[in-house]
Amino acid sequence: MAIAVRLSALSKKFGSFFANSNISLSVEKGTIHALVGENGAGKSTLTKIIYGMHRPTSGEMFIDGKAVCFSSPREAIHSGIGMVHQHFMLIPELSVTENIILGNEQCGLFQRIPLKKSKALILNDAEAYGLALDPDALVGSLSIGEQQRVEILKLLFRRAAIMIFDEPTAVLTPLETERFFATLRSLRDKGKTIILITHKLDEVLAVADMVSVMRRGEIVGTIPAASATKGELAEMMVGRSLLLRVTNPPASPGETILSINQLGFRTKKGLERVHDLSLTIRAGEIYGIAGVEGNGQSELLQMLWGLAPEGAIICGEALLRGRSLIGRSPAEIARMGVSHIPEDRLRHAVISNYTVSENLLFGRHRERSFHQGTGFNTGAVNRYAEKMIGDYAVSCSSPDRQPLKALSGGNQQKVVLARELSRPAISLLLLAQPTRGVDIGSIETIHQKIIEARTSGIAILLVSSELEEIIALSTRIGCLYKGSIRHEFSQEEVELKRDSADAFQKEIGLHIT
Amino acid sequence: MNRKSTRLLIPLLSILSALVVSTLIIFMAGRDPLMIFQKMFHATFGSAYGAGQVLFRMTTLIFVALAVALPFQVRLFNIGAEGQLQMGAFAAAMTGAMLPAWVPSPASIPLCIMSAMAAGAGWALFAGVLKVRFGVNEVIGTIMLNFIAQGITGYLLTWHFAIPSTVHTAPITDAAVIPAFDTLTGWFANSPANLSTLLAIGIALLFRILLFSSRFGYEMRAVGLQPDAARYGGINAGMHTLTAMGIGGAAAGLGAANIVLGYRHFYEAGMTGGVGFAGIAVALLAGAHPLWILLSALFFGVLEYGGLTINAWIPKDIFMIIEALTIILVIAFSALGRRLG
Repeated sequence: MAIAVRLSALSKKFGSFFANSNISLSVEKGTIHALVGENGAGKSTLTKIIYGMHRPTSGEMFIDGKAVCFSSPREAIHSGIGMVHQHFMLIPELSVTENIILGNEQCGLFQRIPLKKSKALILNDAEAYGLALDPDALVGSLSIGEQQRVEILKLLFRRAAIMIFDEPTAVLTPLETERFFATLRSLRDKGKTIILITHKLDEVLAVADMVSVMRRGEIVGTIPAASATKGELAEMMVGRSLLLRVTNPPASPGETILSINQLGFRTKKGLERVHDLSLTIRAGEIYGIAGVEGNGQSELLQMLWGLAPEGAIICGEALLRGRSLIGRSPAEIARMGVSHIPEDRLRHAVISNYTVSENLLFGRHRERSFHQGTGFNTGAVNRYAEKMIGDYAVSCSSPDRQPLKALSGGNQQKVVLARELSRPAISLLLLAQPTRGVDIGSIETIHQKIIEARTSGIAILLVSSELEEIIALSTRIGCLYKGSIRHEFSQEEVELKRDSADAFQKEIGLHIT
Repeated sequence: MNRKSTRLLIPLLSILSALVVSTLIIFMAGRDPLMIFQKMFHATFGSAYGAGQVLFRMTTLIFVALAVALPFQVRLFNIGAEGQLQMGAFAAAMTGAMLPAWVPSPASIPLCIMSAMAAGAGWALFAGVLKVRFGVNEVIGTIMLNFIAQGITGYLLTWHFAIPSTVHTAPITDAAVIPAFDTLTGWFANSPANLSTLLAIGIALLFRILLFSSRFGYEMRAVGLQPDAARYGGINAGMHTLTAMGIGGAAAGLGAANIVLGYRHFYEAGMTGGVGFAGIAVALLAGAHPLWILLSALFFGVLEYGGLTINAWIPKDIFMIIEALTIILVIAFSALGRRLG
């Protein structure tokens, strides 16, 4: 079999962070090759490199055996690569035919566009691959599934031999998904090479020939889909990356801090993201939520931090020591003794242009002890910043001058952790993805601090896509699947099974897929 | 190169390039550029009167630039300083004209100033509410409100308040006049420079403290830099949109007070003459930093008045070209700087 795409020791660095490191991959011609992994695992970066949107920092790429180095998508298209983005690149005001030929009109600048000829070609392709479409319809009037067909026809029109699909089923209904898979198979049968990015494991097993699993910027394995199981893939996606293990002394939980009863979340469009979710967290314990991303984790955190999107319908209750958290603003929730470390650090937890000191204040800037008149008490702030930087081993030269963005991911996260764990009168910590985008060196410090916080009596809700992290830190573990807790491991079970982490991971893997 | 020095380098480079281009234009128009610049320098800094004129123009520019700069820090582009200035000017003139003559200066001046600030703030808040409540983009909102302000003041002037056969309102009471430097100390003889200049410098300092040393400014800039993070940090972004617009509009109102209470003493059709738009240029050149606005306003004040004085040799439109060119270059160089940095 010929190799359509071969990557050899490919790496991509953003600043000091490796989005892809040492990727070697071969995609055979005429196969569907799935690329799975959590958000942030590096799938998108890798496909952007193949499609010419990013240049690799090092490594080589071969298309049909020829070494290539694209500097723009135009060159990639020229080599027969096409991509269907998650958000379609279509112009709703133009017709199907006009959209498909856009950028490839095959006529001179002032010549008439050969609409008729193109339409015939498109209809030809459409028939050959079973993509029924009216070439004169306006794209804006089509359903999402039909728009996706337009994107596929666009690739066919350009004679793309290698097609990349980025999360193609995220926006499709189950019926549309079925049809889409049929199309993928017929594309493959006619010799096209397909790279499919997804994190839905059912789909991978249903349609792919080969599966490569990515995590933390690396490919952890490539196996034939026929011999893979969901549990195995899930475990590869979320497990086995942390080289370090923190010592986790037995917890002695106290009174109940957070109790969630039959919580439900429905989006404005009526999609159910969380339903009948119930759990309790006691003082001095870490409740770990294990699960594949997109099973309601984000929505749960949004509800608990008062930031559910407008129009979302919430039912059930979430009580902090008997007082409801639902319907309050983040500022009110923070005053009740809750602290939040959000999933997306750079977008939600810090102001990257502010200095390290200013970021240590962020969200806590209303606390009296930092105030003087209408401004901040520089002395108090500096003393606090110095103490935090010392306690959490943040490496930074001058906290009151260095902008946060100059720090490494790990140091940034330590700043956030320091700020949130040292809140006065904190009783509950919502902790999401504590070590995402964090260098190995910082992980140990961060884990130690989390255990220390737990031992000091803080109740912690831990959401992580790293199964090993959940196992290493948690006192109890809840397995989240399709918006509710499907199975819960008690403290005794977790403490017993922590020593045989591999087997435990497999067991959890069964409950989250 | 570090961040601080590029921040200074970009405006300087822009001004320099704009001057080079304008030198070329003057040369092509058949005049000696050196002579033109010399005459301009003499007309502005060479005489007490000229310096006073520059000071007067600089004062209005400081206020309107602050009106643009504060919303700019929250990532709002206030194109409406002109409308806010007009509403403020009309309010100041009407209040000043309606106050009985027996009200003493310590009461009438603040009253007139406050009505100007209230009118400017109200007009800006209008755009703020449209943005926060109805999602109307503030650029479109403020531009449209400029037209509406022009319509309202124009209508009220011609149909209700203009002195017959003129295009201006009745003069304000003497007690509401902000004293000129000339009357107080004899400085800047006969020029319109008045005590508002000191107020402008004071307000710029105040804005500097508000933005960079207060908790209010800390929240405000956070909203401008990363609105999503601000929400997670428990900051009310809508509130900051409104206050930034409101305080900005009040500053534009102060600019109106400088013109009406300090110089003209009545409201006249077209008296603001687009200075509110020049304020955008001043603020951009200064990177929306209140203290740099002082310098930037001085530069534009020199160009505006200097351009007038040499009108006999070279059309003053040339200086409009320099002003606009400077701003385009600032924006282009900043983009370039970001790409290289």
